[in-house]
Amino acid sequence: MTSRRTALRFDHGAERGDYEHLVEFEDVSLSFKGLKALDDVSFHVDDGELFAIIGPNGAGKTSIFNCLNGVYKPQEGSIRWKGEEILGRRPDRIAELGVARTFQNIELFAHMTVLENIELGRHVRTKTSWWDGALWIGPAKKEELANRAVVEDIIDLLEIARWRKYHVAMLPYGIQKRVELGRALAMAPELLLLDEPVAGMNLEETEDMARFILDIREELGITMILVEHDMGLVMDIADRVMVVDFGERIAVGTPADIQSDPNVIKAYLGEEMDL
Amino acid sequence: MRTRPRLFVSYASEMSLLPTWTQKIAALVFLGVLVAIPFGIIPGLGFLADNDWLKILSRVAIYAIGALGLHILSGLAGQVSLGHAFFVGIGAYTAAVLGGEVGKGVWGLGLPIWVWLPAAGIVAAVIGALIAPTAVRVRGIYLAIVTLGLVFIGEWIFRSVAFITGGSQAGRKLPRFEFRIWKEEMPLVDFTTDGTWFGVEMTSEAKTYLLMLAFIIVAVIIAKNIQRTRVGRAFMAIRDRDIAAEVMGVAEARNKLVAFALSSAFAGVTGALLGAFIGRLVPETFSLLMSIQFVAILLIGGLGTVTGTLLGSAFVIILPRLVQDFTGLLASTVETGTGFFASVAGIFVSTGIDDPGIISTLPGTSPGLNVAQFNVLLYGLLLIGFLIFEPLGLYGIWIRIRNYWKSWPFTY
Repeated sequence: MTSRRTALRFDHGAERGDYEHLVEFEDVSLSFKGLKALDDVSFHVDDGELFAIIGPNGAGKTSIFNCLNGVYKPQEGSIRWKGEEILGRRPDRIAELGVARTFQNIELFAHMTVLENIELGRHVRTKTSWWDGALWIGPAKKEELANRAVVEDIIDLLEIARWRKYHVAMLPYGIQKRVELGRALAMAPELLLLDEPVAGMNLEETEDMARFILDIREELGITMILVEHDMGLVMDIADRVMVVDFGERIAVGTPADIQSDPNVIKAYLGEEMDL
Repeated sequence: MRTRPRLFVSYASEMSLLPTWTQKIAALVFLGVLVAIPFGIIPGLGFLADNDWLKILSRVAIYAIGALGLHILSGLAGQVSLGHAFFVGIGAYTAAVLGGEVGKGVWGLGLPIWVWLPAAGIVAAVIGALIAPTAVRVRGIYLAIVTLGLVFIGEWIFRSVAFITGGSQAGRKLPRFEFRIWKEEMPLVDFTTDGTWFGVEMTSEAKTYLLMLAFIIVAVIIAKNIQRTRVGRAFMAIRDRDIAAEVMGVAEARNKLVAFALSSAFAGVTGALLGAFIGRLVPETFSLLMSIQFVAILLIGGLGTVTGTLLGSAFVIILPRLVQDFTGLLASTVETGTGFFASVAGIFVSTGIDDPGIISTLPGTSPGLNVAQFNVLLYGLLLIGFLIFEPLGLYGIWIRIRNYWKSWPFTY
């Protein structure tokens, strides 16, 4: 089984290590009319890291993901992928580089089954043209079958076999979150963006999800950026943490550093004042 | 080793078009019935071998091909289009120019069917692809309005280019269903005259019906394959959540363009077949009403499913005939019968100038609507009814019946 999962690993070729950082944000600023969502945010993520972004609601965490995905176009700054500028590229072009993502409010394709959703994730890793597909001849059929085997591996990894044929709209919230993770994994990504993967989950579901995240890291070696409010989870599994507040980066460091950083304490708990 | 009979042992068998034996057998039986219809050998369905009914069934098949095109665009890719009639027209006139004879002031090259039929699809697809960049910039109701404009522009163009279309009054003749290798005198296979095939006496209607049956089977297989492969999933992803689809690597504009081109290709083929089937067309055929008819097929049948599209085509095309027959039945009840039924029928049918009623059997002289007007009214009522009460259409009704019997005698 483990050997088959190699299909889920990103094919790095010879390029790995030819660049300084996998992802690099440099002085990225994003504003919507008068509202400044991101203000000179800089950070970098290296290969194999589990990088967490935390901060109060509305701090700009999801905006960072949207900039990286190409959904938002920041007015200033630079976003580099392996040293190459990607700011201004179309979202589907960025996805092709190997950037996958889950969403805070589940963005599954509601009228498709679990299988179809995860198969859609294989879009960037497959080539079947519409005319081959329309005739279901040789290459198309071969690719669809090979694809299905990969998708079944993901289903197996995430333990959602019994939901396979269900339309995703009918599934419970926790399972939908897992399907979304599966869809992202199907892209065989090099970087996985997880936007609040355990939001609204109970303890058991949270532990399941943490286990999946660690499994993915260990078995597939995927670099991850995690946005999460569950501090227990973040401090347990992240290598480095960045804290943002009102669109500004206020701290970055190891979980231990962050916990004792006065700026972070100020952002989360407020300041003591003499009254 | 024997396994459980209903156990799938390979992805190939589970992913095939008809995965279970029940489905395989049902499809085979249904196909057998369809092929046997013109020979009138099926008990209870003998009346369908009548030439009138064969014509209606051929028309169902022709419309179903176009409806499958709209199914790809609206049902899968989620792009509402009222411009389908325009592409049907493009197909019809491509066939006319390539396959038609030179007539009074109209062009015609007289090429054989294997040229004009694929060309009708290709030309329509190319024009669809040219228009798509404009259409992909708008969505929802705005796209409906842009494509609505297309129908009116198209109708005007068709009326203006009289050397192709024969103009508004006369129209023009279209190629016939004859198979030639090139322009030889005697066609190799002729679908337009009565004759014997393999020792069986067949009318031209029966031959045409079988030809249309072959075309619709091919169209259904293509539509199904598109739906279950990479491009179909990309279409559905754009329909459900376009931004998430882009983040997953689906190029939105490109896939919408492919959807437009594919849909137009189906429409073009329908146009060519419809033209050859009717024999003579005026530009006004490709009006908004035809577009609405295709939308009605999709909505009544059930949006997003091939089965629903086929059910919808059969329903929408056969409905006028049923209304006509039913009106005739009511009228004869009124005239000959007495008692309760005759008086109830009398309320609906108007048989003379002094007799009020909803449907009139003497158009123009008595009050009430004629059958055609009543049909338009009925389409409207059915569309509203299905949208409110059964958004999944006839397919949804079928699913409910099936689920009821699956779990019978339990309620769930």
